[in-house]
Amino acid sequence: MVKYLLLIATLVLTACQQKPETTLYQRLGAEAGVEKIVDGVLYGIEHDQSIVHHFADTDIPRFRRLLIEQFCELSGGPCKYTGVSMQESHTGFQITQAHFDALVNHLIAAMQQQQVPVAAQNEFLAMLAPMYEDVVYR
Amino acid sequence: MKKILVVLCLAVASSNLMAGSKVIATGGATNIEGNSGGGIVPWATINGYSSSDEWSVNTFAARVGVDDFTLDSYGVGASFNNQWELSFARQKLGLDTIGGELRQDVLGIKYKVAGELLYTAMPQISLGVQFKKNRDFALPAAVGAGDDSGYEFYIAATKVFFDAIAGRNLLLNTTVRSTEAHQTGLLGFGGQKVTRKLMFESSAVLLLNYNLAVGAEFKQKPNQLGFADEQHWRDLFAAWFINKNASVVLGYVDLGDIAGLTEQTGFYLSVEGTW
Repeated sequence: MVKYLLLIATLVLTACQQKPETTLYQRLGAEAGVEKIVDGVLYGIEHDQSIVHHFADTDIPRFRRLLIEQFCELSGGPCKYTGVSMQESHTGFQITQAHFDALVNHLIAAMQQQQVPVAAQNEFLAMLAPMYEDVVYR
Repeated sequence: MKKILVVLCLAVASSNLMAGSKVIATGGATNIEGNSGGGIVPWATINGYSSSDEWSVNTFAARVGVDDFTLDSYGVGASFNNQWELSFARQKLGLDTIGGELRQDVLGIKYKVAGELLYTAMPQISLGVQFKKNRDFALPAAVGAGDDSGYEFYIAATKVFFDAIAGRNLLLNTTVRSTEAHQTGLLGFGGQKVTRKLMFESSAVLLLNYNLAVGAEFKQKPNQLGFADEQHWRDLFAAWFINKNASVVLGYVDLGDIAGLTEQTGFYLSVEGTW
């Protein structure tokens, strides 16, 4: 009896330890999914009076390409982010917590729109949240 | 009960009017003392959705119904800059079996000193002060309370861990409160041989998605009034953040023995409106 219990316990534990078979990149919808999420974020920014002014002098096609690269690389996709560091790209913009919160809301809305599973959204947010300190009040 | 309905109607009717920038649910719920937290524990979170340089106001109404008592709370609050929180709550404990009622007011202020709930490795840490004043003191005085008002001081640390359990986000909170209140002040403050004590309180909440959360809380109580035992409080709850203007919390509470009446368990219902 004890032997069977141990066997079952081992099986359950190994099952729990197994990582999801797909990468986060794939669960975000791979290339097409990441592009749609980035487009959703850009749409959100464009219609948000509180932050759109930060992008007045931004080369949007280039910004879109870099954001796709970054999301792709972060989530384990086959890309290489070619932009500068988060700290470098945000210094001098006087980005506040409210601006950062607004961007997080747009990202969440974009992921919800793409019906990204909650667990994948949270895994992605876990990677992006620590960027706060590199972006805000620089 | 009428107040609960009024708050709910107000909040639902104003869907997404004038909400601040913070992410949904990050203002927490409003506890029975009127400040941002769970149901019975104050958290380091600042109520409402005001982010940096933004204002927010909120109102709540709650009812706790246990075997021999009914606690009604309602109040208003304001917050600024996701840093300052001011709150006022009025409580009425109906002594359903004994007869009569005990009322008190709670004025609270909270200030965030460090950390950001979602964004920093350090938990969000806030300091709070509550001034509580009895509006009925005959019974508390008769059972040994020395004072009809008292101050409470607390420090709370709260953090959201992303992707913590089954891909869901987990909020953990720990609060340490300095108090000389009996049954949170409803039975008065101080008295003979009563000293100021540090009490431990804690909450764990699993966010199932952006709108739904389930949690559990524990609140240590000092038990310093000789006439009857006071016990630790516990609750289990489910919270529904309908949108940034309205939330509802439904729970099960275990308040232990109160004024000699044993095993007081029952329900908790709270609604909050935020603008």
